[in-house]
Amino acid sequence: MDKFRMIFQFLQSNQESFMNGICGIMALASAQMYAAFDFNCPCLPHYNLAYGLGILFVPPLVLFLLGFVMNNNVSMLAEEWKRPTGMRQKDPAVLRYMFCSMAQRAMIAPAVWISVTLLDGKCILCAFSTSVPVEKLGNLSYTGLSEKEMKRILARIPCKEIYDGQQLIPSEVAIRYLRCISQALGWCFVLLMTMLAFLVRSLRPCFTQAAFLKSKYWSHYIDIERKLFDETCTEHAKSFAKVCIQQFFEAMNKDMGMGHPHLPEKTPSEAGEEKEKLLGITDQGTMNKLLKSWHKCKPPLCLHQELFQNRNGWAGESQPLGPVSLPKREIIAYYSRV
Amino acid sequence: MDRFRMIFQYFQSNSESVMNGICGLLALASVKIYTSFDFNCPCLPKYNTAYGMGIMFVPPIALFLCGLIVNRQSVVMLEEWKRPTGGRKKDLAIIRYMCSSIIQRAMVAPIVWIIVALLDGKCFICAFSGSIDPEKFAGFANLTQMQTQLLLSKVPCKEDELMRNNTSRKAVSRYLRCWSQALGWSILLLLIVVAFLARWLRPCFNQAAFVQTRYWSNYIDMEQKIFEETCCEHARDFANKCILHFFESMRTEIKLRRFNMPRREEEGEGEADHLQGITDQEQVNKLLKTWYSGKPPLDVSQTTPRQPSGKERACTSAPWGDTVNNRWAAAQKANVSRQTDV
Repeated sequence: MDKFRMIFQFLQSNQESFMNGICGIMALASAQMYAAFDFNCPCLPHYNLAYGLGILFVPPLVLFLLGFVMNNNVSMLAEEWKRPTGMRQKDPAVLRYMFCSMAQRAMIAPAVWISVTLLDGKCILCAFSTSVPVEKLGNLSYTGLSEKEMKRILARIPCKEIYDGQQLIPSEVAIRYLRCISQALGWCFVLLMTMLAFLVRSLRPCFTQAAFLKSKYWSHYIDIERKLFDETCTEHAKSFAKVCIQQFFEAMNKDMGMGHPHLPEKTPSEAGEEKEKLLGITDQGTMNKLLKSWHKCKPPLCLHQELFQNRNGWAGESQPLGPVSLPKREIIAYYSRV
Repeated sequence: MDRFRMIFQYFQSNSESVMNGICGLLALASVKIYTSFDFNCPCLPKYNTAYGMGIMFVPPIALFLCGLIVNRQSVVMLEEWKRPTGGRKKDLAIIRYMCSSIIQRAMVAPIVWIIVALLDGKCFICAFSGSIDPEKFAGFANLTQMQTQLLLSKVPCKEDELMRNNTSRKAVSRYLRCWSQALGWSILLLLIVVAFLARWLRPCFNQAAFVQTRYWSNYIDMEQKIFEETCCEHARDFANKCILHFFESMRTEIKLRRFNMPRREEEGEGEADHLQGITDQEQVNKLLKTWYSGKPPLDVSQTTPRQPSGKERACTSAPWGDTVNNRWAAAQKANVSRQTDV
């Protein structure tokens, strides 16, 4: 149980490592989906190209968008982008970092699909069977076939059981040819993707590394802060509910006028504990105000105590403080007091 | 026992992840049912379409209803919708939020069924083999209308003696399957785009109200769970005390020589007491009825309990979304307004 909890906490602690896991699973799922998918070339002149290219490109698009949908950071990014400035300024570099990291992860599953499709060869075979160079590979002077008739015959190359043009061009020849091209394309694509990934990774530190570290830190911070806020709200709701129900029972007790002579001594301290957890937010109006302020005006990124004492509760819309040069001022103030 | 309790508490702490898990399980079950279902096209002119469309749409409806049933939140939402106002006003935004989250989760399994059915193609071929244009395919020329229809409707059945090794059948079958798969992928793409846009654009609209709605809907869920737990503990203590009293009363009637009952009086009062003064059937009934007909207002700041008298309850109907502090102050003075309870 403990181990499970530890693993779960580890995965949750860092949204990035969690997303790495999801990303790996999606890549495997993408390969599995391709294997399970029953490719079915229509073997008709114009449908072949549409079907083949559709199967090559539509599922990767679906997988790419799915990668975004499954990533919780999407709504976090949108929230961070759209929130009112309040006491905390917005940094576009952080937003850019989040977006880039999400996009990179979302690209893996589509790249796997495209590679697997090209290496397998069925899509290219289906899409380009009508464009096979018959003069090189086959017997063009076989009969005086019209263009349309030839296309109709060539379109049936992927469907071995209904292919009727063995004299024009043997199906194995065409299939081998197209498959060879498809596999060459596949390996080139894999090489290209790997090179790109390598370049991005190795050249990254050459450009603005300091700013990059800053963006990374604050992006993690925003993620963790959001999670902790949700957790705190859940805990608060639980304590609120417990105290509410307890008071309800006590009220009913008084109401029925038959007070039990031995109300247990434990209850006051237990109730006290629960009320402590409420952190002073004990009714609906205050809670709503808190939640609204959290969205409209997040607190500044400064944990110095004096700042908190100067503010009245959660007010903030009308007091936009300056940007992050505050810490310096705080240090000076501290020393001057001494 | 401890482990079980810890697991139970973990699941209780986050019911959203439980719902997501159930939703995923239903989706997997849907795929499994589809693959193990023995599809059996009738291959008769009018029956094909009915059968094909039926298999495509009836199981998804059943799965959707299953998804609604299995989700605990649907009951919570209905209760919240139908309860009398009592001390707590109702907020439609919360009910809408819960409704939309329930429906989204329930829609996953039916959509998975439909997409798997389209990507597989059997339903589509069965339903629409009679509706294609026979001109496109060689092998249907020189036949009367009736014969063409008959042949076309036999396309889904590979084993039929008319259709075995018939190249036109294979061509038609491939054609229909291609359309079916294209339709399946298009629907999938459309849904993913919609989901993506919904996720991306959510925070652009009224985020503050959304955060509040989410908090209170979570609260309602938790409150209901904790109330049930409290009632369970109460019932257990009630039963415990009832049985102890019974044994003691038996003891006084029967001589000590015959029955050696251990002295339990001291222990009974030393145990943790969850009864909180509610000690007989009518009181319990009244409590449960009052919980339904008049939920307490959302204010736990007072140190002394509220003092309603008899059937009247002091209700200050504080609405969900109010942010003015006056209401909070008014709730302190519990006896200001009275409202006859049903």
